[in-house]
Amino acid sequence: MNAETTMKTIDQTAPNWERDPVLSVQHLTMRFGGLVAVGDLSFEVGRGDITALIGPNGAGKTTVFNCVTGFYKPTEGRVVMRHGPGRQDEAVDEVTASGLRWKSSDKGAVFLLERMPDHEISHKAKVARTFQNIRLFGGMTVLENLLVAQHNPLMVASGFSIGGILGLPSYRNAQKEAIDKAIYWLERTNLVERADDPAADLPYGDQRRLEIARAMCIGPQLLCLDEPAAGLNPRESAELNGLLKYIRDEHNVSVLLIEHDMGVVMEISDHVVVLDYGVKISDGSADFVKSDPKVIAAYLGVDEESEIDMPEVLEDVEKVVEEADTTKAGKSSASSRKPAAKAGSGKASGKTPAAKKTSSRGAKVPAASKAEPVPQGLLDTGTAKAKPAARKPASRVSAAKPTGTSATATTVKPAAASKATKSTAAQIKAEKPAKSASGTARAKPAAKAKVAAPAASEIKIADAGNYPGQQPHGTKKPRAGGANNLTRVKGIGPANEKKLNALGIWHFDQIAAWKKAEIEWVGAYLSFPGRIDREEWVKQAKVLAKGGETEFSKRVDRGDVPTSVPGKRGAQPKPSTGSRKATGKGGKA
Amino acid sequence: MAASNTNAPTSDVTPVGAQAEAEAHRLPPAPANNPHSLAASVRDAAIAAFLAGVLGFFFIGVRTDIAPGGLDLRMRWGAWIVSILVVFAGRLLLNIFVWKTDKPITRRVKTGSGGMSETVSKTLKYALLAFALILPFFFTTFFPGKDRQFIDLAILIMTYIMLGWGLNIVVGLAGLLDLGYVAFYAVGAYSFALLAQYLDFGFWLALPLAGLLAATWGMILGFPVLRLRGDYLAIVTLAFGEIIRVVLLNWYEFTKGPDGISGIPKPTFFGLELKRGEGGFADFFGIAYDPIHRFIFLYYIILALALITNLVTMRLRRLPIGRAWEALREDEIACRSLGINTRNTKLTAFAIGAMFGGFAGSFFATRQGFISPESFTFLESAIILAIVVLGGLGSQIGVVIASVVMIGGIELLRNLGFLQQVFGSGFDPVQYRMLIFGLAMVLIMVWKPRGLVSTREPSAVYKEKKRIGADMVAQGEGH
Amino acid sequence: MSGAAELLLAVRGVETYYGNIVALRGVDMDVHRGEIVTLIGANGAGKSTLMMTICGDPRARKGRIVYDGMDITQMPTHEIVSHGIAQSPEGRRIFPRMTVMENLQMGAALVDPDHFDKDIEKVFKLFPRLKERIAQRGGTLSGGEQQMLAIARALMSRPKLLLLDEPSLGLAPLIVKQIFDAIRELNEKEGLTVFLVEQNAFHALKLAHRGYVMVNGVITMSGTGAELLKKEEVRAAYLEGGRH
Repeated sequence: MNAETTMKTIDQTAPNWERDPVLSVQHLTMRFGGLVAVGDLSFEVGRGDITALIGPNGAGKTTVFNCVTGFYKPTEGRVVMRHGPGRQDEAVDEVTASGLRWKSSDKGAVFLLERMPDHEISHKAKVARTFQNIRLFGGMTVLENLLVAQHNPLMVASGFSIGGILGLPSYRNAQKEAIDKAIYWLERTNLVERADDPAADLPYGDQRRLEIARAMCIGPQLLCLDEPAAGLNPRESAELNGLLKYIRDEHNVSVLLIEHDMGVVMEISDHVVVLDYGVKISDGSADFVKSDPKVIAAYLGVDEESEIDMPEVLEDVEKVVEEADTTKAGKSSASSRKPAAKAGSGKASGKTPAAKKTSSRGAKVPAASKAEPVPQGLLDTGTAKAKPAARKPASRVSAAKPTGTSATATTVKPAAASKATKSTAAQIKAEKPAKSASGTARAKPAAKAKVAAPAASEIKIADAGNYPGQQPHGTKKPRAGGANNLTRVKGIGPANEKKLNALGIWHFDQIAAWKKAEIEWVGAYLSFPGRIDREEWVKQAKVLAKGGETEFSKRVDRGDVPTSVPGKRGAQPKPSTGSRKATGKGGKA
Repeated sequence: MAASNTNAPTSDVTPVGAQAEAEAHRLPPAPANNPHSLAASVRDAAIAAFLAGVLGFFFIGVRTDIAPGGLDLRMRWGAWIVSILVVFAGRLLLNIFVWKTDKPITRRVKTGSGGMSETVSKTLKYALLAFALILPFFFTTFFPGKDRQFIDLAILIMTYIMLGWGLNIVVGLAGLLDLGYVAFYAVGAYSFALLAQYLDFGFWLALPLAGLLAATWGMILGFPVLRLRGDYLAIVTLAFGEIIRVVLLNWYEFTKGPDGISGIPKPTFFGLELKRGEGGFADFFGIAYDPIHRFIFLYYIILALALITNLVTMRLRRLPIGRAWEALREDEIACRSLGINTRNTKLTAFAIGAMFGGFAGSFFATRQGFISPESFTFLESAIILAIVVLGGLGSQIGVVIASVVMIGGIELLRNLGFLQQVFGSGFDPVQYRMLIFGLAMVLIMVWKPRGLVSTREPSAVYKEKKRIGADMVAQGEGH
Repeated sequence: MSGAAELLLAVRGVETYYGNIVALRGVDMDVHRGEIVTLIGANGAGKSTLMMTICGDPRARKGRIVYDGMDITQMPTHEIVSHGIAQSPEGRRIFPRMTVMENLQMGAALVDPDHFDKDIEKVFKLFPRLKERIAQRGGTLSGGEQQMLAIARALMSRPKLLLLDEPSLGLAPLIVKQIFDAIRELNEKEGLTVFLVEQNAFHALKLAHRGYVMVNGVITMSGTGAELLKKEEVRAAYLEGGRH
């Protein structure tokens, strides 16, 4: 994916963005004083693709946009825009060497955007954009907004105003056509009724659509949208999805968008690029990216996927809650409802966009990894897609790392753990995946036994050396009395707990004993360096190890934290009395 | 968008009304007396009148005159009572109609004139145009004694209308605050004066050249201020205006400095000079010579120039360039994202605005026959800008009204002898005219903060033309 | 919240206009002390208008707004705010040319300066990102960071009632969660009363004790967050996009 312009044979099976990129961002660096907003970033936008640029706030996404559209001059790097098919590498090299800003040939045209002023990028290179904080011409009517967008062709038609002042008919015809084009886009965006109203009068959602309509009026080849779904409700977001697909499919316009709404990103994107701190951390198809642990750690949040705003989540939550309600009287303790609900929602968010398209629920859950000992045996993975690319050396234990959905992750667990802890925890864990798979999966206890039986008493991690710092000491089994409920530490959710257990970390005092090197190692291993310090795991663990309480653990025990498992285990095994529904966070009444 | 959302609440959700009722008793009681009742208004007015009485007793009711052997105290009960009554009545009326009512009349006036109906504004425009066309004959017919004075005033007003329209392009449409507009007026005037002096150019030949030169200077000013915004833009344009004046003042060999240039030729009517005797205008048409002819002629020249300015501006507004100016005023960054070359667009605005200033300048030179740098001080810039702002940014008709009010008003204040009856014989209205003028401006801006005509007319219409309220329209840079 | 909870903010029959256009047509709403109340609705329904009306700009043309036993309907905005209402307005409205620190100082303008150090530590704990950017100008922050700053600034005034207009707008999922967690924590720990306008109905209803649904300037439904989440109409309109 590293876009070198040197000739290289393009594999026909390569993704579209490598074969036929409309835009190539190459080694882009943007510095503001000492601050590096974007550092050596390279990615490509495929022609006819919808490409999403995602990442945490302040990751530099808008800076990339501003570099592409000429509002910033990049400190270093090259931004290539191509009209016409193919990579046109020769033409790109030629233009780069010649010092020209662009060059057109019979095959198309090549533009070096970093050399062009912003208005030329729009006018010549046909790159249109919208803004995060909507920038409409508020005092002008909706129609006028779209006519301003057609400034350049109209300017020519008006004979640079001279013919226009004299009232020549050619200009009148051109203006008529411009209005027709504007009305066309207003019809597409459902705004035609408001054509004569000032743009500032429109409600927020309409303004967002108007901005897209205005950008389309310049006749772009690449449309750059900065958070088009921000402030839209799910219905409006869905309409937006429809509009963007229409733009891509019917007008062959490539779309590059920044978006936080995963419902939009995952449903419509052909290609997702993830930034963090100005550096690309992931790049690939939507399915690939959303199961990339680095993305989850930096952006989606470990164990917090359930919090992504997805309406489907709600359904699953409720379904699971209902199930839990009906079986409440049964063997499972009350506390199992919570994790069940949680797992259900976690899974749902993981595969939501896919599920929208396909009726088969578990179908597109990214397979946990390539680890063949089938740790994901609990899931019906028959139809699961293979991961697009292998990244880390496969090993049994690294396979135990969650790869996007806590549902898959929870299945991966040292057998020893579940055997040793006969307490509620084991039941919870067994139940979770079963629920999460919505009936498509069955619990197979046999699979558990197969998983990761460490050879020695010490936990061995195959790629342990790949992480900085030192692997913490772990024991194969928890001490007598069972493991502690690690989720009572703020920052550790069920999936992390699993991973820690896999490392042989069972008790608070183990965490409390971590030194700097160990914190660093675990941070890297869990793919969120720095967070352990930030969330003060060690400090929390010290309190908890002494039998104390933290604010967070109290909330966990009350059942207020959907991402944690209520109840104290281990030293003081005591089933939680948390009986609140996962959805009813507010339902104190 | 959400037509289906309007479903009424359904059964098991608490009805909002009931809840409100149940809890209403917990709210603190509403003030017992309605502040908007008539009684309250009267009471308030009475209090005001009482205060006026107390204060006014010494200021108005008692008068001291110097009398032999000391001061003589005289009571003016009449004036005192009148002032109390005025305060009472005024306060009461304001209470009833503005302050203590649910529907203040000011709001109605505001919305009423803000959304001046299409037909009214159109009729007003045509009526004004018709009056402007027959104006000289109106004055010669109805005010034969004072016709010269009035026509001269009309010429002056028309000059400011033209300047206002010219500046409106820069400030009103493109939203670039220009405090040095008088520089282009000066360039136009001196271009003609110098061309006439050194090269014997006539008015008609020099007019386009003056416009062109002013436009060039407009571009020259434009370049350095392209990147400036807000206050900086205003200050640099202000400096530019002063630089031009100072150069004219000090380049003695060329411009004769403070002495000014005199003997600037009068415009001819297709080669005919408007002079007494042989070969003159009156002689050619066989009518009796009357000096008023020259004034009428000058009036029609400036009327024609102003109308051209207006026509071109109105046309430009409907062209892509005009729309780009307005878009620039609304949001420059969005403009650039749409492929508009903002540098060229700004320069065009400066150049075209300056060109009309230049035309007006050469007219000024030919009308006066004498120019000096004294005519092009910052005060002129300020007055022109005030006309534009008072009229409502971007509004053509607003500029007309503001010019008539301001320039006419200043002149009118010279003739306010009757005020002496009110304020006593020692009162000279001419001395106070700038004070009154400033006060009037403040009042107008309080009454209509966005100018007299504060709606914007869209430049393109799909189905129905709707005027746009000023609160939506951005003011651009430097406001 | 129990029914006996004290009424902190009561909105009764409020009508608000923009010019001649009616934006709110008789809104009744309650916020009790210690409660999180959310208002959801489509774009243009008048949610933000209600929030702004509470702060007195625009003024309610009819109806009454009572806060903490005071009738604030006609009270000047700055006075309303001085009684402990803080707002993080729509569109962030941070001071773009002031640094992050200065913005926060502005937020604390009405508060005893002795609290400042403690308060600022608190908001930095909520938004560590802001601490990293402490000397940067507000206008140069990224969109999401500006949102954080707007909320942090509102918190600096030690409000009794916090009005939040779309706090999740433009924020990454992780940050949205942090902010909602933070709101919950402030509410639980410090008893802060929160009135939340959100587009993100799912999150908002999950967080809130009670919710209201607004359509075209009228409240059409109210109930606890969980109740509303279950309602078919709410889900159809605000939760499940694109399924119709």
